[in-house]
Amino acid sequence: MAENANVSNDAFEPLGKEEHLDNEKIAAPSLTFTQDAWRRLKKNKIAFISMWILLAVLVLSLAGPLISPHQPNNAQPAYTNLPPKIPGVHIPGLDGTKAVDGGRVDAYQQQHVPSGKYWILGTDYLGRDLLSRIIAGTRVSLAVALIATLLDLTVGVGYGLISGWRGGRTDMIMQRIIEILSSVPNLVYMILLLVVMRGSLLSISLAIAISSWTTMARLIRAESLTLKSQEYILAARTLGESSWKIAWKHLIPNMSSVIIIQTMFTIPSAIFFEAFLSYIGIGIQPPTASLGTLISDGQKNFQFLPFQMWYPAVVLMVIMICFNLFADGLRDAFDPRSRE
Amino acid sequence: MAKYLLKRLFYLILTLFLIATITFFMMKLLPGTPLSNESKLSHSQIQMIYHTYGLDKPVWQQYLIYLAGMVRGNFGLSFQFDNQPVSYLLATRMPASFQLGIQAMIVGVLLGIIVGGIAAIRRNTWVDGTMTIISILMISIPSFVLAILLQYYIGLKAGAFPVAGWGNFSYTILPTIALAGSPFATTARFIRTEMVDVMSSDYIELAKAKGLTSTGVVYHHALRNSLIPLITLIGPLTVNLMTGSLVVENIFAVPGIGEQFVKSITTNDYPTIMGITMMYSVLLVVVLLITDIVYGIVDPRIRLQGGQS
Repeated sequence: MAENANVSNDAFEPLGKEEHLDNEKIAAPSLTFTQDAWRRLKKNKIAFISMWILLAVLVLSLAGPLISPHQPNNAQPAYTNLPPKIPGVHIPGLDGTKAVDGGRVDAYQQQHVPSGKYWILGTDYLGRDLLSRIIAGTRVSLAVALIATLLDLTVGVGYGLISGWRGGRTDMIMQRIIEILSSVPNLVYMILLLVVMRGSLLSISLAIAISSWTTMARLIRAESLTLKSQEYILAARTLGESSWKIAWKHLIPNMSSVIIIQTMFTIPSAIFFEAFLSYIGIGIQPPTASLGTLISDGQKNFQFLPFQMWYPAVVLMVIMICFNLFADGLRDAFDPRSRE
Repeated sequence: MAKYLLKRLFYLILTLFLIATITFFMMKLLPGTPLSNESKLSHSQIQMIYHTYGLDKPVWQQYLIYLAGMVRGNFGLSFQFDNQPVSYLLATRMPASFQLGIQAMIVGVLLGIIVGGIAAIRRNTWVDGTMTIISILMISIPSFVLAILLQYYIGLKAGAFPVAGWGNFSYTILPTIALAGSPFATTARFIRTEMVDVMSSDYIELAKAKGLTSTGVVYHHALRNSLIPLITLIGPLTVNLMTGSLVVENIFAVPGIGEQFVKSITTNDYPTIMGITMMYSVLLVVVLLITDIVYGIVDPRIRLQGGQS
């Protein structure tokens, strides 16, 4: 104790007069809501990787007509059911051989394919290039999912906003309608609509959207009910802002995280339903390729040429997994409480 | 409670009436008739056939006959399948579908509770990570892909179970697994979130402070309180199972409702499509009503809210 007391005053240095002002300074740069969410999303490795895979799939499917080696609907009866072949690769399954009675036979020699010709993922039962069909099919599946989600978004957000904002009797009636609609199995709507309208890209999107918008509408209604009683909305109303402007400038921006998250969960379910409907034969009609029709076609030959189903199935599963993981990550990024 | 029940019953009947009406008029909208391809029939023959099916009456009469029949469980005659009454056709196919559906529900939900519970207890460890990956995989793999893979690799290659068909219990195993995938994943994710939530509440702290063993805390408090909201999942899971059964029954050649539905869709057998549509709707509406009532009984807080609105 005594030794400590010997420290002389010289050992201390007085602080500058201005320096204590820095105590209040915020060291980190202030982030907007989006920047903050983006920062959190980047930390979530799995979601971030999923996002890049999805972007790659999207770019590949959009660039499909440019990069696909063959015409997706071009049937070549001479070259049916050829296994995958990549020149220079000698892995069984990718070298143009197929399993016959325990051994492997070069199917390309058997069917007298000219030596320069090859199909990276093989051909289907009509001699169409599987790779090109998968690229085209992915594009169709994604298109259906995006159109369905867009419809779902417009109708769901619009309905929910009106219901929540108007309140009272309007809200009561609109909610009863939703209650009735959502106690019908969505499968029933979709199948009835498609039986009546016949499968096409638009009718499938419409069928999927009709059966899924109620969830979005409910979320938006609940959200607008809470936002409605906030002070800044009251201020906007007092200043005479019109309902439309309040909805655009205040309600929708403040709900953006709910909307984005719900959208991200709608897309994979739309992709699933497209594949499902096409698989049972009332969705996308042949010869147009979609992931569902490709799986359905591939299944017929699964016992002998498993690759014909595996490749489209893997693409479908990768897209679904990535969307689900990305949506999970996005939810955590927008709403840190859910991660806790 | 009685008032609430009456209100619910009223909406139930209104819903079913609307569905019946919409299905009927949608089917009337369809171009062509079931006989439009049979050009060999003479005019009087066509009239006779129309008369048998009641298609010669004005649409509003057909509609009333259809509604009156439906109340008595009569959905008319099937256009295909030897002109059997639709209700008979469905009755013969119901047992298989129900057995599969219930088995899949039990297996899926039980496994989901176990997996989700373990993930919540071992939160943010590799166990949790593995469980999450498994449930994401099961949500992302469509039931028809899972069914085909199971059928080929376990049924055909390994020869462990019958590849397809319907017979003794062993025939139900593969379709049950294929159907159970979706309820399993949904339950696991739901239970994990619920339990993580419950585990951070004050009464769990209290239970721990009392000196309960960790299994005691999990079993008596955390798990039980997480199970109650699970009741709300039963409705959506039923819908999932219906969707799944369409393809899974088809792939495994199970003589069930789903297989019949797909057949009827591809052969334009409208009375059967309408019948199955109504059956699915009735099933879901009843399931939703029962789960709401049960939930109200188990969790009185919900009942209070329901009574006010």
